[in-house]
Amino acid sequence: MMKSLHIDPVKCTGCLQCEMACSYENYGVFNPAKSRIKVFDFHETGRKVPYTCTQCDEAWCLHACPVEAIRLDAATGAKIVDEATCVGCKVCTIACPFGTINYVQDTGKVQKCDLCGGNPACAEACPTQAITYIDADWTGLDRMRQWAAKLDRQSAGHGD
Amino acid sequence: MSWQRQVLRVNLSKGTCAPEPLNMEWAKAFLGQRGLATKYFVEEVDPKVDPLSPDNKLIFATGPLTGTMASTGGRYSVITKGALTGAIACSNSGGYWGAELKMAGWDMVILEGRSQRPVYLKIENDKAELVDAGEIWGKTIWFTEEHLKRKHQDPLMRISSIGRAGETGCKYAAVINDLHRAAGRSGVGTVMGSKNLKAIAVRGTKGVGNIRDLKEFMRATAAGKKVLADNAVTGQGLPKFGTQVLMNVINEIGALPTRNHRDVQFEGAKDISAEAMLEPRKTDGKPNLVTNQACFGCTIACGRISKIDEAHYTVVNKPEYWGASGGLEYEAAWALGAANGVNDLEALTYANFICNEDGFDPISFGATVGAVMELYQMGVLKEEQLGIEAPFGSAKALTYFAEMTAKGEGFGKEIGLGSKRLCAKYGHPELSMTVKGQEFPAYDSRGIQGMGLAYATANRGACHLRGYTVASEVLGVPVKTDPHTTDGKAGLVKAFQDATAVFDSAGICLFTSFAWTLQDVAPQLAAACEGDWSMENLGRVGERIWNLERQFNLRAGFTAADDNLPHRLLAEPANSGPAKGKVNELGKMLPEYYEVRGWTKDGRLKPETVKRLGL
Repeated sequence: MMKSLHIDPVKCTGCLQCEMACSYENYGVFNPAKSRIKVFDFHETGRKVPYTCTQCDEAWCLHACPVEAIRLDAATGAKIVDEATCVGCKVCTIACPFGTINYVQDTGKVQKCDLCGGNPACAEACPTQAITYIDADWTGLDRMRQWAAKLDRQSAGHGD
Repeated sequence: MSWQRQVLRVNLSKGTCAPEPLNMEWAKAFLGQRGLATKYFVEEVDPKVDPLSPDNKLIFATGPLTGTMASTGGRYSVITKGALTGAIACSNSGGYWGAELKMAGWDMVILEGRSQRPVYLKIENDKAELVDAGEIWGKTIWFTEEHLKRKHQDPLMRISSIGRAGETGCKYAAVINDLHRAAGRSGVGTVMGSKNLKAIAVRGTKGVGNIRDLKEFMRATAAGKKVLADNAVTGQGLPKFGTQVLMNVINEIGALPTRNHRDVQFEGAKDISAEAMLEPRKTDGKPNLVTNQACFGCTIACGRISKIDEAHYTVVNKPEYWGASGGLEYEAAWALGAANGVNDLEALTYANFICNEDGFDPISFGATVGAVMELYQMGVLKEEQLGIEAPFGSAKALTYFAEMTAKGEGFGKEIGLGSKRLCAKYGHPELSMTVKGQEFPAYDSRGIQGMGLAYATANRGACHLRGYTVASEVLGVPVKTDPHTTDGKAGLVKAFQDATAVFDSAGICLFTSFAWTLQDVAPQLAAACEGDWSMENLGRVGERIWNLERQFNLRAGFTAADDNLPHRLLAEPANSGPAKGKVNELGKMLPEYYEVRGWTKDGRLKPETVKRLGL
């Protein structure tokens, strides 16, 4: 069963534990500047929204790469950058409609979320379950459950 | 070693920025942040210095756990000689700025001298420069943050700055970062303003990677996070209600100072409580509270984000105040509300926004307004000089005063003096509810005896964050003690003061101490830093920091006579509630406190205490 990262912004508090976990996993340092997941703070509304690669099936980055440095991890569905092959041309960063693949000055390569080989550190670190790693076919399950409960309450109410 | 081992020294008079290595010997004795910066400060600054002179210094300091995955590891402190108090000042803030400074490769920034013209300090990793601040001087903190991010085309930049209150000499001006996180007390922002320093803008991309034992650190911090999550206060109460969870509790025990401490219970407490913030408003059907929010690395997330009712008188036709921003924490809700007898939640939220926007301490401001209202009721202050009628309970007077204090105009200039100077000026020093010139926070010591001793002896003046015995006396953390007795309070206060000094020096938030003891902090520090961070040594480090601050104050001219409470708390009994008839019995506790501290009868460090602590 393939899984995917699922993000529920309502639960996000903006603590950035996910960003630190990501940089720790990939670089061994606590450094949001090197994180592949970013939390956006829309302070006017109070909303905080974590955002990262959704691992497109037809990945623009993968198709755009002239040296075939981006490949599919069949086990997780992640599109993975092979650092040894990447030449740092950044064409993938232009191709990606979502901005989730980015250049890293220190390495001269690009980086993107690789789902940590199937055990994403961000989801593990999130204290509020705003980021979870769940069945890719059922990312809507929680929301369906909420609506089912709401509808059920309403119909039960009408029945009185 | 999770220190970055690097200090940035900025001489504002000469316009120079230079790196220097962190004194590791001091780091091992004073840990970081509050303790370590205080050590630097006392070594470099004459205790008799005028706080506003160029010879005073201002230190922005992180701790060894700042910028790590330790829960709440995002704190920094601003250390200086306080403009409000003339005592050692150390104000702690969260948000994201402290971690950013650490990520840029710096443990602390020491600012000295005074710039001839307004400047801001721009730090980008190793590169630091002073930049002309002409376009932001005279502007608010909110403007400054937006402007600098736009100017430098860097939305990820973090900014710590002062507003107009800090520029115009309000004695309790704050330093604010990330729009509404405050190093709030004692006038650290006033000192920053006196140096013509508007802001410190930081971008750090180096990260924090020099953890002594990474694997053990991840284990220890995960264990610490679990303790916080499983605890009823840090896991449930604080995220849901924020510190405002206390409003009704403290009111019920008759320890909510009301109308400049005339009363100890506020009939309007429920209207300004956490519960009220969650209640949909009658006007627009929306609650005041929008969401909770975390600071960097925090797994508690007690921060309040609020929206003001757009139809409320304070913001009609002012859409710039319609967005979500930092809402009421307990201390602010009390100081702006109960201390003045004001129960209009939206007005308090607006006044709080103004405090954040222009950078001044809502506790000292609110408490000073309380004194002004009492002077008005007595007929000492008149409408003509105030610019408005100001009886207790007037929300309009409160919000008007907030606007005037923000700008340093009209009677706002006088309110910016703080209650000690203001009450003395108008002939009623006895009405100033202060210790060492700093206004009390939200706990009346007639109903919580230990807090009276904690206030009287706090090194930065009246303060709840230096020895929060409320935890024990009211909440039963770590053990319940009777709030009405003085027995054992000397030892209790000392224990809280010393432990707090460690939390404040580590880079973590004091609120973790609702669930954590030093036993939870020690393994996190030990995994991160080289040195002896056993429980036993941490206790000694905390005591050492406390005594170092005390030494500075004694040399600055403070004496045992300043370890005191206002006459009202010592002689006018609480007039309602469970503590009715009680005064604070400081005199019973203070001699014992001096003894357990190893001080003489007149509050000075005994030679053997100096020696024992290696001072």
